[in-house]
Amino acid sequence: MHVSMPTDVRNPQYYHKVVDCQWACPAHTNVPEYLRLIAQGRFTESYLLNRESNVFPGILGRTCDRPCEPACRRGRIDGKPVAICRLKRVAADLRDDITPYLPTAPTVRNGKRIALVGAGPSALTVANDLLPIGYGVVIHERISRAGGLMRFNIPAFRLPESVLDEETQCIIDMGAEVRYNTPVHSLKALLSEGYDAVFVGSGAPKGKELDIPGRWDDGARGSIHIGIEWLGSVHFGHIEKIGARVLIIGVGNTAMDCCRTSRRLGGIDTKVVARRSRPYFKASPWELDDAEEEGIDIVENHAPKRFVIENGTLVGMEFERLEWSESDGKQVSRVLDTVILPCDEVILAIGQDNAFPWIERDIGIAFDRWEMPVVDRITMQSSLPGVFFGGDAAWGPQNIIWAVEHGHQAAISIHQYCHGASVADRPPQGMHLASTKMGMHSWAYSNDFNPSPRSKMSHTELVERFSKISVEVELGFTPEQTATEVQRCLNCDIETHFTASLCIECDACVDVCPVSCLTIAPPADSEAELRTRLSAPAVNLEQALYLSPALPQTKRLMVKDEDLCLHCGLCAERCPTAAWDMAKFALVLPYAFGSSGINLPATV
Amino acid sequence: MTSIAKPPVRHPGLVRNELGLSVRDYEGSMSTLCAGCGHDSVTAALVQAAWELALPPHRAAKMSGIGCSSKTTAYFMRQSHGFNSVHGRMPSVTTGASAANRDLTYIGISGDGDSLSIGLGQLSHAIRRNVRMLYVIDNNGVYGLTKGQFSASADVGSTSKKGETNVQPPIDPVLLALTLGATFVARSFSGDKAQLVPILKAGLLHNGMALIDVISPCVTFNDHEGSTKSYKFTREHEVEISAADFVPLRREITAPAAEAGVTSVTMHDGSMVRFRQTHDGYDPTSRESAYAHVRACQLRHEVATGLLFIDERGSDMHAMANTVSTPLVDLPYEQLCPGNAALQKLMEKYR
Ligand SMILES: Cc1cc2nc3c(=O)[nH]c(=O)nc-3n(C[C@H](O)[C@H](O)[C@H](O)COP(=O)(O)OP(=O)(O)OC[C@H]3O[C@@H](n4cnc5c(N)ncnc54)[C@H](O)[C@@H]3O)c2cc1C
Ligand SMILES: Cc1ncc(C[n+]2csc(CCOP(=O)(O)OP(=O)(O)O)c2C)c(N)n1
Ligand code: SF4
Ligand code: SF4
Ligand code: SF4
Ligand SMILES: [Mg+2]
Repeated sequence: MHVSMPTDVRNPQYYHKVVDCQWACPAHTNVPEYLRLIAQGRFTESYLLNRESNVFPGILGRTCDRPCEPACRRGRIDGKPVAICRLKRVAADLRDDITPYLPTAPTVRNGKRIALVGAGPSALTVANDLLPIGYGVVIHERISRAGGLMRFNIPAFRLPESVLDEETQCIIDMGAEVRYNTPVHSLKALLSEGYDAVFVGSGAPKGKELDIPGRWDDGARGSIHIGIEWLGSVHFGHIEKIGARVLIIGVGNTAMDCCRTSRRLGGIDTKVVARRSRPYFKASPWELDDAEEEGIDIVENHAPKRFVIENGTLVGMEFERLEWSESDGKQVSRVLDTVILPCDEVILAIGQDNAFPWIERDIGIAFDRWEMPVVDRITMQSSLPGVFFGGDAAWGPQNIIWAVEHGHQAAISIHQYCHGASVADRPPQGMHLASTKMGMHSWAYSNDFNPSPRSKMSHTELVERFSKISVEVELGFTPEQTATEVQRCLNCDIETHFTASLCIECDACVDVCPVSCLTIAPPADSEAELRTRLSAPAVNLEQALYLSPALPQTKRLMVKDEDLCLHCGLCAERCPTAAWDMAKFALVLPYAFGSSGINLPATV
Repeated sequence: MTSIAKPPVRHPGLVRNELGLSVRDYEGSMSTLCAGCGHDSVTAALVQAAWELALPPHRAAKMSGIGCSSKTTAYFMRQSHGFNSVHGRMPSVTTGASAANRDLTYIGISGDGDSLSIGLGQLSHAIRRNVRMLYVIDNNGVYGLTKGQFSASADVGSTSKKGETNVQPPIDPVLLALTLGATFVARSFSGDKAQLVPILKAGLLHNGMALIDVISPCVTFNDHEGSTKSYKFTREHEVEISAADFVPLRREITAPAAEAGVTSVTMHDGSMVRFRQTHDGYDPTSRESAYAHVRACQLRHEVATGLLFIDERGSDMHAMANTVSTPLVDLPYEQLCPGNAALQKLMEKYR
């Protein structure tokens, strides 16, 4: 790029990227806007705004992987991001009845029928997007309830059943036909039923095995469980207790749910055993904190060697103790010695595989060498036109919010496909931009910087927690915490919008900026060179530099480093000519049913 | 709700000077001047200069009179001493303060009205006494604070916002200072920090009065067509006739002293000002040459800028008056006030 080229802020991607959280969210939830609605006590509106993009605000407000939080700009300012996810839960907990605002299916259907395999979050999103525009949606679900892994793997102490019921049922109530207890055994057969399109949202249902000596010994087999299956059995009530000493192998998200569940079923001495050291754990830091708070031991650098069986019963597991070091940029391990950790039962939580025994390999769906279907990253379509994949079934285990986004994209594709349009032809994103200026020193948002630290979530007492598996651990934010935490948001969607022709180069904006974002500089040959001449060169190079057209008086450029901008509005406040304005940006996302905003009440 | 207070956020990449202070530690309270006022940029340049020099804020005194410009002492170095005097009396008050405590760094901020109208006499005598201070005139050609009347620096033919034409000849503080024997004379522009900051730094270390006339547009009353002190006019007519770099004492001087077109002047603390030749035959150490060049530019309607004249060998007020080298606060009481007997002895001399 030649850096004297002015930035095109009419491209929705430019300002979108400034809103770090929204950019990082797979479903591009409009975080700052929903936080402002919470700040105003408009929980229902906030919930509905969330629901439009992420479909399950109550579920996600408790369980989301939160890719938005590490991205949040506030984290670069004082080390701790806004507690975005917790605030989402506040909106979900405090909202009124939303049924009057939910979209409804038209009485006259469009005549198209779509089959969905599975009733997990990805398939439910497809239903959510297609039902309001008249599609007939038939969901085939292996088990007796909707929700997928959210139902039978995420434990109730993290996600209450009532929340899950409400958010899944409201989609089904739009008019989906659900066939519970109906596993699809043959895709070929399903295709022959004459559906206009098929969506596969069957997840990644197979837990990985650990094939080491002792695994298949008669005495041990019954005491060794596969994590996701075991969690399922606990959910369905087939398993109600566990031995006192339990080893969980693996340290991902599943391991975290397994160890905390084990603790509740009698595993008073539960250990999580990991091959690697803490910085390499797959579980999120907050999951580890929660587990340790419940008295779970986390053992690092132990590689499983064999199951120890004495007199026909499992008594322990032998591990190699490893020391890791770096060699040629790779982590290599060295065995120090071996140790035996005694145990009564073992739960394997070392990953999941996909399995599609029910998809025939001769019906035109290409599989790659890992036995995964070949799926287009943008359209979600397989090599067989009209068959789409999403969620964990597409590229292996991910998370709920990705499953939702896949669902949105697949719904767009299905809609295009059913109407003879090319699925590759994606409807464009758009944007709204409107000044927030209300008058002298007055903006339509709170531009005050609140220096408060991040609020901490309070938890149910340990004794009460362990009394019943369904006791929810996180209590949610108090009204006081909510009021403070929403103010920590920097309103990154209120953009500094520049009109070069108005600038008289007085430097007022440059001088006032509390984080030295602004520089008036001559054009440069490269961005790298320009970055060396900024008032305060950024450490994080992910955020863009805004370059204005040539300024009227000296032909220099206004350069803004977006990285640390607080959106405090002082530049606009001190600009004598209103060359800087604080303008609210709203991304317009395409959905199968239209675009963002159309299903929201007018007050949002 | 809305706020215009500068948030107490610190840039994670903020650099600290030798005193461990960041540039934000040299700021003051939020400016109440009109948005876009040149004076705010001068303030920002001062903050930068003081931070770069690692000036201990508690060893500086900010002195001013009355005017928008004079208000700006509140907007930088919140930890420094300050004296906001009567209109036009800043030079005299600073003279007295310096007489009493010669060890503080005096930063005088004035306006063209404050210094060239009501305070002209005070300014002239402070120049003659060579009071050791930085003397900044935020020059906007008008009395900003009283809503834009022509000041004594307004050029003949320039018009007011309402359209009247000024007919009285201007006082040019640079020419005035050169005639009165000033030992450090500069002109700069609020919109050119690259030039202004090194000049302020050199001025802060000068052994005597460093007078800096800063063209600082009044965005509200004097930034129109027809003004000769607007951003646009200054940019179009500014001619840098003497480009100065300031080399602090602590930085190693790498450029050869005899580099072609470079003249160096050593400041009394050993730091150095280097001049790059920009104008044929310009000699910043010659008062006559400086006067002639500035006057010639004036006749061509050019605004001559740069560090125009410097003489580090001049004596300051204390040297001329042969005063005690210790600030009066640090003198033992018996020495400061030797008693009635000593007074009678002195009086005896005049009988
Ligand atoms: C223990 C555990 C904890 C997790 N915790 C979190 C968390 O806290 N946050 C988060 O974001 N993600 C979490 N995840 C991941 C998340 O649950 C999944 O990524 C997400 O549910 C995937 O959604 P999906 O729509 O692809 O399918 P799934 O949720 O896997 O649902 C698939 C559905 O398809 C049905 N099905 C499968 N095969 C057939 C068939 N042949 N015919 C009919 N029906 C079929 C299944 O019964 C199931 O209901 C967790 C996963 C696990 C295992
Ligand atoms: C003794 C006295 N006379 C007159 C005034 C009114 N007065 C206030 S500020 C000012 C002129 C200020 O002009 P200048 O120094 O150029 O400052 P600016 O506001 O332009 O920066 C005058 C005449 C006063 N305050 N005191
Ligand atoms: S400060 Fe607010 S808008 Fe900015 S990234 Fe964080 S949550 Fe999003
Ligand atoms: S809004 Fe303006 S003044 Fe505030 S941080 Fe951003 S660029 Fe700087
Ligand atoms: S404050 Fe306004 S007019 Fe002045 S430099 Fe900034 S954008 Fe330009
Ligand atoms: Mg003035």
